Parts: sequence; structure tokens; C-alpha cells
Amino acid sequence: MLLIQCPVCGVEAEETEFAPGGEAHILRPEPGCSDAEWSAYLFERKNPRAVHYERWRHAFGCGKWFHMARHTHTLEIFGVYAADAPEPPQEIRDRIAERTAP
Amino acid sequence: MSDLSLARAALDVSPPSGLGAQVEAMPLRGMVTIRGDLGDAGFAAALQAATGCAVPEVRGSTVSGDTRVLWMSADEVMIFCAWDAAPGVVATFMEKAGDAHVLALDVSDARAVFRVSGEKAWRVLAKGAPVDLERMEPGEVRRTRIATVAAGIVRTDGDAFEIFCFRSFSTYLWNWLCVGAGAESLSDL
Repeated sequence: MLLIQCPVCGVEAEETEFAPGGEAHILRPEPGCSDAEWSAYLFERKNPRAVHYERWRHAFGCGKWFHMARHTHTLEIFGVYAADAPEPPQEIRDRIAERTAP
Repeated sequence: MSDLSLARAALDVSPPSGLGAQVEAMPLRGMVTIRGDLGDAGFAAALQAATGCAVPEVRGSTVSGDTRVLWMSADEVMIFCAWDAAPGVVATFMEKAGDAHVLALDVSDARAVFRVSGEKAWRVLAKGAPVDLERMEPGEVRRTRIATVAAGIVRTDGDAFEIFCFRSFSTYLWNWLCVGAGAESLSDL
């Protein structure tokens, strides 16, 4: 069971109040891309046993989307950040580097 | 609008006897949902004109008389008011908002409202909602789930909570609340 904090309404709740939205930061290819690029955009997803950047939605709460950095093995959540962020903020990258350092 | 309205409360029921907390199905209530930029001064002025209430803080609510404005989301508020006042609230808000990009809609028929009160009221809801209800402040609004359905909870005062959910869930939630509030369910171990 994950305890997730929504960055929009500030609520910390268990994961049943949220809905997972899959891998984050997937860029749509430009018009005129190859079939292989388009296929990769539609279907190919990472499935790491490591830190994973994900989209989540506060489905039963304020209804807003946001981003989350989570470790798929330890289930540690390194932080949540805004839905419109094009990439993870430096603060969360630093925390990940610190927490996953060997 | 009123001739199309169902014009009856979602449920006309009385709670069973022997409950450990008081459970009520509330009568008809006017509800208006408004979406827009909550931080905008024009939005605040229009809301004040329509309801007499200020824009609530995040997860808060503001009250004026029998009207309550509830924070629903970063761009949405819900107004609880008297049943027959809802169309006027919509009209006043939209008139005052002018050309702003906002939407106000009378949704009085969409939801049912229940009230759970008494010393053990929070324990009834805690059986099915992932919320630290004991620590909820008076006036605080929490959209969450209760059992399996989406619902909103507002702590109206010390020991009383109002619960609102979609009307289609009202029978389910009513039965759930009555079981949860049963004296046996609330007995101290």
C-alpha cells in the first residue's frame, strides 16, 4: 500500500484514492515520423525494477493529474511534482541520487 | 428549470432504531458547481455577489447564512444553498462574471446529502474512508471515497459530518451508513 501526497490539494492518502496513469514524460513524435517511431510512442513502455517516473491522478479526490517518482522494487516514493513539468525537478533527482547511492 | 426538476430528495427514509450515531438523509438542497480561476479577483467578486461567501482556502469552505461554498478542486467550487435559491445563484454569478472564462451550473438534482452526527460519527466514516477524520477541522472539505463510491465529506461542526455523493449511489451509501452506525459496529472492544 502506497501513501501518496497529491501536490494539488495537499492530501496524503492511500493509493486506493488515486489512479495510476502509466509511464510519464513520453514525447509524441513529430509529424512525418517513421512507423517504428510511432509504434514505439504508442506501445513501448519501460518496465524497470528501479526508479520509475509515473503519471497518477487523484481520482477520488480533487481529480487532478500529477507526476510521481517511485521505485518499483522498494516502493519508495521520492516525490510528486506538477503534471505540466516536462521533466523531473532537480530537487527530486537529487533525492533519488542520494537515496539510491550504493 | 424547476418543471424539469425531479424536485424530491434522493431518499425519503428514516434511520433504523438503535444506532450508535445519528444518521439522516437530508432534504432537498440547492447545489451549484462553478469552475473558473479561483485566484482571479473578478471570480471572487462574482462569488461574493452570488453567495455572500469568500473563495474558500484549499480543502476549506466558507459560510454565509445557509449558504456554504466548498473547495472541490484547484479550479472548482461547489455551492450548497437553499433549494429554490440555486437558479438565482447561477444567474447572479454569470452576470457578475461577465466575459470571464467561467461556468456555473445548477446541479441540485445530481447529488444526495447525508448527515452523520454524534460523538462516534467520525468512527462511522472511518470504517470506509481513507481519511484521518478525527483530525479534520470544522469546515474542512475532503473529497474521497466511502466504501466503493466517490463522496465528499465536510465537517460542519464539532461532531457532525455532511456526506454528499452522486444520487445514483444514495441507496447504497445510506444502507452502508446505517450498518456502520449500528450500535454493535461502534461498540468499544
